Amino acid sequence: MADDWPLWEVFVRSKGGLSHRHVGSVHAPDPQLALAHARDTYTRRQEGVSLWVVPSKEIVASDPDRAGELFEPAESKIYRHPTFYDIPDEVKHI
Amino acid sequence: MTAPDAARVDYLLRLGDDSLILGQRLSEWCGHAPALEVDLGLANIALDLIGQATLLFGEIGDADQIAFHRDVLDFRNCLLVEQPNGDFAQTIARQLLFSTWQHMLLQRLVKSSDRFLVELASKAVKEVAYHRELASEWTVRLGDGTDESAKRMAEGLDWCWRFIPELFEVDEALQGLIDSGVAPDPRQFEDEYRSAISAVLAEAKLAAPADQRPIFGGRRGHHSEHLGHILAPMQYLQRTYPDAKW
Repeated sequence: MADDWPLWEVFVRSKGGLSHRHVGSVHAPDPQLALAHARDTYTRRQEGVSLWVVPSKEIVASDPDRAGELFEPAESKIYRHPTFYDIPDEVKHI
Repeated sequence: MTAPDAARVDYLLRLGDDSLILGQRLSEWCGHAPALEVDLGLANIALDLIGQATLLFGEIGDADQIAFHRDVLDFRNCLLVEQPNGDFAQTIARQLLFSTWQHMLLQRLVKSSDRFLVELASKAVKEVAYHRELASEWTVRLGDGTDESAKRMAEGLDWCWRFIPELFEVDEALQGLIDSGVAPDPRQFEDEYRSAISAVLAEAKLAAPADQRPIFGGRRGHHSEHLGHILAPMQYLQRTYPDAKW
């Protein structure tokens, strides 16, 4: 049965204020059951307060063969990292 | 034990046995469901139900003792929950009919005069709202699916239909608890229940099964032959090795 069902990518917001994060995928026949399956598969242990599901086929992915031209130019530009500031201990999630 | 206490214990057993037996039934799907995601969904419902049973039995005494050391005649669950899983459609039919009833009961039980039941219902009503929703969603998909799925869904409903009247039966013991405000009167939401089920069936493009001769007796310990087969594997370990611990 699941072989016939499309794949959905699942995103969970673990608590208010944080972004949704990709946690995995589920098979489901339609959007509503995709949400139900995501709920049953990925939030059984209080992992989340909000869920997104997105049809996997709607994801536009970069080409691994083009990783060189896409990502390597950033390697030599450490000044783009926000590491030259002192971040107070109280500031979380940066 | 005074009489009102005995009636209260009996009521807690009815609620707890409904949850325990259906939870055990659903857990039989573990590893066998049509898809991994459905397997987890059914197991989640089973765990919610067994959690409810644990709380209810814990209010009476030792939960393990009550679950594992009683025999068929001592169980007070309704006959619907002990019905076999059948195929996936029959399991969904049973879940729709039971969760819709349980949800309506819990919605009223949150206003009970019994503080324990208020706390229990406040927690369980959210769990069961989801069980009801999931069962409704699947009923619609199977009923309004292929010819094969619609046929199986109709057969599943047909199997379970005769156990509905028992859910609304009020005997003397229950009447006493209704009078004292402990238990909701199920007859007061029977119409609402029938229309809610009809609405799901209409969306699923299914006709309601013809009314059949209803079967009663679960609340008095008169069970179908299925219950013994549920208890045997469930109770085997505790009966063979009494007091075994994790």
